[in-house]
Amino acid sequence: MLEIKNLHVTVGGKEILHGINLSLDEGQVHAVMGPNGSGKSTLAYVLAGRDGYEVTRGEIVFDGKDLNAMTPEERAHAGVFLAFQYPVEIPGVSGLNFLKSALNEVRKGRGESELDAVEFLKLMRERVSELKMDEALLKRPVNVGFSGGEKKRNEILQMSLLEPRLAVLDETDSGLDIDALRIVAEGVNSLRSPKRAMLVITHYQRLLSYIVPDKVHILAGGKIIAEGGKELALELEEKGYAMFGVTDEAA
Amino acid sequence: MAAMVATIETVRELSEYKHGFVTEIDEERAPKGLNEDIVRFISAKKEEPEWLLEWRLKAFRHWRDRLLPAAEPTWARVSFPPIDFQDSYYFSAPKRKELNSLDEVDPELLATYAKLGIPLKEQEVLAGVKNIAIDAVFDSVSVATTFKKKLQEMGIIFGSFSDAVKEHPELVRKYLGSVVPYTDNFYAALNSAVFSDGSFAYIPPGVRCPMELSTYFRINASNTGQFERTLLIADKGAYVSYLEGCTAPQRDENQLHAAVVELVALDDAEVKYSTVQNWYPGDAEGKGGIYNFVTKRGACKGVNSKISWTQVETGSAITWKYPSCILQGDNSVGEFYSVAITNNHQQADTGTKMVHIGRNTRSTIISKGISAGKSQNTYRGLVRIGPKAEGARNYTQCDSLLMGDTCEAHTTPYIEVKNRSAQVEHEATTSKISEDQLFYLRQRGLDAEDAVSMIVNGFCKQVLQELPMEFAVEAQKLVAISLEGSVG
Repeated sequence: MLEIKNLHVTVGGKEILHGINLSLDEGQVHAVMGPNGSGKSTLAYVLAGRDGYEVTRGEIVFDGKDLNAMTPEERAHAGVFLAFQYPVEIPGVSGLNFLKSALNEVRKGRGESELDAVEFLKLMRERVSELKMDEALLKRPVNVGFSGGEKKRNEILQMSLLEPRLAVLDETDSGLDIDALRIVAEGVNSLRSPKRAMLVITHYQRLLSYIVPDKVHILAGGKIIAEGGKELALELEEKGYAMFGVTDEAA
Repeated sequence: MAAMVATIETVRELSEYKHGFVTEIDEERAPKGLNEDIVRFISAKKEEPEWLLEWRLKAFRHWRDRLLPAAEPTWARVSFPPIDFQDSYYFSAPKRKELNSLDEVDPELLATYAKLGIPLKEQEVLAGVKNIAIDAVFDSVSVATTFKKKLQEMGIIFGSFSDAVKEHPELVRKYLGSVVPYTDNFYAALNSAVFSDGSFAYIPPGVRCPMELSTYFRINASNTGQFERTLLIADKGAYVSYLEGCTAPQRDENQLHAAVVELVALDDAEVKYSTVQNWYPGDAEGKGGIYNFVTKRGACKGVNSKISWTQVETGSAITWKYPSCILQGDNSVGEFYSVAITNNHQQADTGTKMVHIGRNTRSTIISKGISAGKSQNTYRGLVRIGPKAEGARNYTQCDSLLMGDTCEAHTTPYIEVKNRSAQVEHEATTSKISEDQLFYLRQRGLDAEDAVSMIVNGFCKQVLQELPMEFAVEAQKLVAISLEGSVG
């Protein structure tokens, strides 16, 4: 479903990713782990098509399409979803308005009919209760004044409404206490599906105790330096990034 | 602005222009230029009483002798070539060419109507298609009639300024110029001399006007041309909400528009005045476009009275307007909520004046300026606390949003406090539309223009939510349309 081949990416004239290869099949969950500055977020942004993240070599093939030729919104319509490390505040725009607009744009992009207000509210309420969220949160402006946990749960709610083919979770565990982490991870797990692939980007192993990956890729210095099963994450947790001869600035 | 009908007229003019300008000489047109005879001609055509002619003449002489020699005011942050006031017609009633169907209308205009979601039948009226009686469009002519009847039963006077001069001269005479005297400023003097028509409303004591006056207004008012005069009076304990303008684009061959609006609120009265202004802004290169030089002022004459201005300014090549409140009565309240959007080469210098005279007077100013393209957007506001305004309070918030790096936003507050017990707060922010926000929304499936529209509408929400319900939705769409082509 997702095929990343020899991907080189520069940001502001500086090459950050130096030839990434990664392939992800339907129904699979892969983790990308790496120390700070390894290029994890760059990988997330380049998949979502953020301006300023320039692919200089290599390609990203998603469902047979050249992802790099598509705008961010076209990728969203095609089923690429990025759960942001730092969800953005949109003052003055209610969560409901935002979610309805996003959902209907994605549905239009997929050639489906738009939902009217009643249909939308019904669907939204189902998903909100599945994620044990407080609906009142959605009447407030998007992410404004939300706690870290509320923001991340809001990201998962969006994922559950938009039903992406590929979900990229960029450090979804950052800034969460253990309870919030468990709730968010349960939400993610409930969205695992044979039709959906997930790329879980994280610094720490702890998230992977809850979201158990099929495969783990270790990213350092803009390259994938090791790959393995879920046990690789545990080994990394024990020995640290030093086991790969990499120093972790954050550690 | 005579809202919908004005639009009908102006759109007709546009269509006329498109089909070749009709050069028939119209007997109803005064000769070009401005002098005392023209003022007399206008007054005579309108069969006005002597006192009104005299008032016009005094205004004209003041303008000609005291203001014109010093030339137009230059303190606003706008620039335009000098206007030749002798090179205009000050009274004309040109004949209209009728269209047979919407196929004859400028497709660009139709596209805009469609984006605004204006129903087809209403589009035909707006565009001036023949044989579409207004009756046929609004299943609700009966509604309009019912409204009219209801207003009459309640003693509310509402109609054209000309009719009011004929039917209620005592009210017009008492209040005309009482808030904006003809000596007030250059354009107010000009308007006082040559105003064509406008609206008049009087709400009797204790009456709460049961409807937005716009509803009726949009259907019935006549086109009032470039020098419009509006006078609204809310007597003791009365309430009225009035909406001027139209979200549909309004085009007009007259470049200069100099309207005057006067509001009067007596004891315990409340006036809410909302404007959606969408005059033709000129093309993307800045050619053409309306100069909208307007004087709007409300006087809270009575105790506990309240005047609230809400404006959404998206049109005109140049906007020069400061809807203001004179807070004379003790405990009176003034409010100003404004969204001003400028794109391409538009220039706006707009804001308000809150003049606190009475005790415990309060005012709130919320101004949201959005600049895009190569435009200039200035907030200019005065808060004056007089020596007797014991306990007066003002809160001002001015936020500017910049799109791109070729536009400008300016904030010019003037604060004068002559009473030590007053509290005045001023907050101002300037920000650029954030890349993070844009990317976030696009990642969720919105295209760049929808994303900008959502962010900007969020930015303006504090103001848009003050608009009457029926117009808030249209205004949101208008905000989006005004910024089209500004992303990139």
